[in-house]
Amino acid sequence: MEKNKKFELWTVMTIVFFLLFLLILVYPMFGILKQSLYDKEGALTLANFSKFFAKKYYTNTIINSFKVTIVVTLVSLLIGIPLSYFYSFYRLKGAKVIFVVSILCCMSAPFLGALSWIMLLGRNGIVTKFFLNVFKIRLGSIYGFKGILLVQALKYFPLVFIYMNGAFRNIDNTLIEASANMGCTGVRRFFKIILQLSMPTVLAASLMVFMQAFADFGTPMIIGEGYRTFPVEIYSQYLGENGRDYGFAAAISVIAILITALVFFLQQWATGKFRFSISALHPVEKKPAKGIGGFLMHLYAYLLIFIGFAPNLYIVYLSFVNSDGAVFKTGYSFNNYRLAAKKLLVRSINNTLTLGVGSLIIIIVFAVIVSYLVVRRSSPINHAIDTMAMLPYIMPGAVVGIALVMAFGSKPFALTGTMTIMILNLVVRRMPYTIRSASATLMQISPSIEEAAISLGASKLKTFARITVPMMSSGIVSGAILSWVAIVTELSGSIILYNNKTITLTMSTYVQINRGNYGTACAFAAILTVVTILSLLIYIKVSGSEDDIKL
Amino acid sequence: MSVEIRISHALKKYGDNVIIPDLSVNIKPGEFFTLLGPSGCGKTTLLRMIAGFNSIEGGDFFFGDKRINDLDPSKRNIGMVFQNYAIFPHYTVRKNVEFGLKNRRMPREEIKSRTDQFLKLMQIDTLADRMPDRLSGGQQQRVALARALCISPDVLLMDEPLSNLDAKLRVEMRTVIKNIQHDVGITCVYVTHDQEEAMAVSDRIAVMNAGVIQHIGNPKSIYQRPANVFVATFIGRTNMLEGELQVEGGKAFLCLSDYRTQMDTVAPEYMQSQKIQISVRPEELLLNRDANADGLKGTVQDAVFLGLNTHYFVKLDSGEDVEIIQESSIEETLGKGARISLTINTEKVNLFLADGTKNILTGVKNDLDA
Ligand SMILES: Nc1ncnc2c1ncn2[C@@H]1O[C@H](COP(=O)(O)OP(=O)(O)OP(=O)(O)O)[C@@H](O)[C@H]1O
Ligand SMILES: [Mg+2]
Repeated sequence: MEKNKKFELWTVMTIVFFLLFLLILVYPMFGILKQSLYDKEGALTLANFSKFFAKKYYTNTIINSFKVTIVVTLVSLLIGIPLSYFYSFYRLKGAKVIFVVSILCCMSAPFLGALSWIMLLGRNGIVTKFFLNVFKIRLGSIYGFKGILLVQALKYFPLVFIYMNGAFRNIDNTLIEASANMGCTGVRRFFKIILQLSMPTVLAASLMVFMQAFADFGTPMIIGEGYRTFPVEIYSQYLGENGRDYGFAAAISVIAILITALVFFLQQWATGKFRFSISALHPVEKKPAKGIGGFLMHLYAYLLIFIGFAPNLYIVYLSFVNSDGAVFKTGYSFNNYRLAAKKLLVRSINNTLTLGVGSLIIIIVFAVIVSYLVVRRSSPINHAIDTMAMLPYIMPGAVVGIALVMAFGSKPFALTGTMTIMILNLVVRRMPYTIRSASATLMQISPSIEEAAISLGASKLKTFARITVPMMSSGIVSGAILSWVAIVTELSGSIILYNNKTITLTMSTYVQINRGNYGTACAFAAILTVVTILSLLIYIKVSGSEDDIKL
Repeated sequence: MSVEIRISHALKKYGDNVIIPDLSVNIKPGEFFTLLGPSGCGKTTLLRMIAGFNSIEGGDFFFGDKRINDLDPSKRNIGMVFQNYAIFPHYTVRKNVEFGLKNRRMPREEIKSRTDQFLKLMQIDTLADRMPDRLSGGQQQRVALARALCISPDVLLMDEPLSNLDAKLRVEMRTVIKNIQHDVGITCVYVTHDQEEAMAVSDRIAVMNAGVIQHIGNPKSIYQRPANVFVATFIGRTNMLEGELQVEGGKAFLCLSDYRTQMDTVAPEYMQSQKIQISVRPEELLLNRDANADGLKGTVQDAVFLGLNTHYFVKLDSGEDVEIIQESSIEETLGKGARISLTINTEKVNLFLADGTKNILTGVKNDLDA
């Protein structure tokens, strides 16, 4: 019985990535856990946790987060599923526009909506003023729960829309016809058949929305005001308006991780109850949307994407309105851009591109290698690598940020304030998604194609580089575009790690909002929006189809 | 440049699951050798052990004098054709075919001329610059063949290369494969579970069951003198009947109820009275319209006229059902309920030990025993 003892590339990769992930994923996570269990003097204690649970003020942040996130998830489903249903089962006019604009809605930076809605409905918002001056009506406050709900629901319903489109596409037309034969049509059919069949996807979309909304830092920070959610709390404990308390920030982080992990496993359990697979041999034939029903469908779809996307356009518009940086005046000018230029605009753009491209390359390389190890070289260690890579999935961005500072801020690493730690943050946060999509792509590729290459005399490395990777590329590219946008608009982790040297467009926007310089902020935000729109349009142009975008 | 493949005492396990317990076979240089057997019997597993894609838990594999157990698959110099073609989807037809040559660092002109030669041989030279997604299944399989052959491999391995093609194309392509293999003179191991295909292309066939080779021989000997009941039933159609061998005065008689006929081909070592199993193929039963003639008595259940032949389904008086194929005659086809008698073509019938493990006639050629 022989064993192949020769040096093997993939064995080396396994070892490298196992150690690397231990260092950049597991070590910071344990660092947080450790930190939460020590007091300022370095003694082992549960004081941080008891402090959290003792004060209503702190526990409320979690309850608040929970409340608003659950409502956001439900509302997103409620408005996203009908949109997807109309889109998938009827021939809507301008369906492409609906799709592309929806994607743009969910790709814009998380807090841009908040900024824009404040400009519209906030204390000095134009709609507020309009109603006050013309109708003498005082609109209710947009700040707090309502504002967070409005902004997040409008940002996340497109996620539901995109997920559900995939599910509805897989429903076989014969199932629809069969249920019609048995007298089940209309609304009843939608709930009994179509929605039931799509349940796994509904759950997947819910989880996605929940995770993102729960971890969102920018929106509640800007529009939440007194309604404190806990990403905001972690941040303020860490940056410490009342002195830094790492231990306490760590304790809140641990609690956050436990909650997201719980939600994650609950979702997995629920999905397990709907274990069936469908794939359509005869995809649903879209019906024409005619008559009053058709009109209402169009109205619904266009109104929704208009409300979702208009804030972005409004910000671009505002960026050209005359202002002194803080207060908008009459007339138009490039003042906002001029002021922004003085506030590190060039550096922000440079950093955004450098960090974006740099992290994207690293993420793609890692994702390709890890997915190969997991899919083609199944082994306990590679399985462990996969599990480690998924850890950030349950870590809210602010927690990742803090964990990285605690792990690498001091010697021997001393990475605070470097580009390295910024990139590290982006890589860690985005990698799980890219690995998932790369693995899914690789699983579609028959191993015999690689075997054919090897039997033709190609080395393993050459087979990987010349055959496997090119075949994965379409899947990688479609995942990369969303990664790119997510990286460029990342806020909640970077906010803890950035400094003046590593500031990015997103960070600059946030800083200006925070200082009340709404004019300047709009200039930054407008550039950010244009970058996002351009990225997506270039992608659609290059790939020739908008159907391939994967989340 | 053809080599011999020698496999001795091969062992394959998946975990504790033994798939191939102990398999030995010699495949001759330049031979078209087919592995035939029911689904899951281990054909693909054995082929992939030869190719180097499956680990080998025991035994020795030789190409000629070279032991290849530990040789990297890319160094074994094999050509491989897969069931799903495994064409590189991102390369043109030409680039697919060139791939192996480039790995061998041939001079550019030689790569070009060899590629052209094989594209032409497979009659796909007009498709050279197409991308694979715009080829039909048959064309893709031709590309796969050209790609495997142009590296002048020592052996050509094919795993059900035709099973994704439609029936007509399958017949056409198997002729192509057979002819090319013959022209190139390469040792070829071919996996299929289509027995007609196996008959049509093979020099020799190995019939496998549950990881064990039952019979190795040329198509004719496997069909006409199967080594055991499994082979008899797996290859072609046959009627299995139970009867007796009676030996009297140095002569052997086959007895089926009251039908008794002399057998001249029983092997000497089995010359003793015993219970036996009888495999008689539909065309080896001779139908007599006279129900009182000597033979097995039965009643026609159904008759199907198929032009050249007529199939009869008959229930014997012993209760057994048999199928008979007769060349269609000008007379009226017998209807349901007609009484007939049947005799057996003793030259062609096969007799087995009661447990089915051995054919007791002379003339069985099983290279496994050699
Ligand atoms: N990777 C594997 N792990 C465990 N068992 C396996 C694996 N691959 C094959 N087997 C088992 O080995 C046995 C032989 O499989 P193999 O693929 O060689 O069959 P086959 O003769 O090629 O069948 P078919 O005609 O269906 O292709 C089967 O019982 C199969 O379940
Ligand atoms: Mg097989």
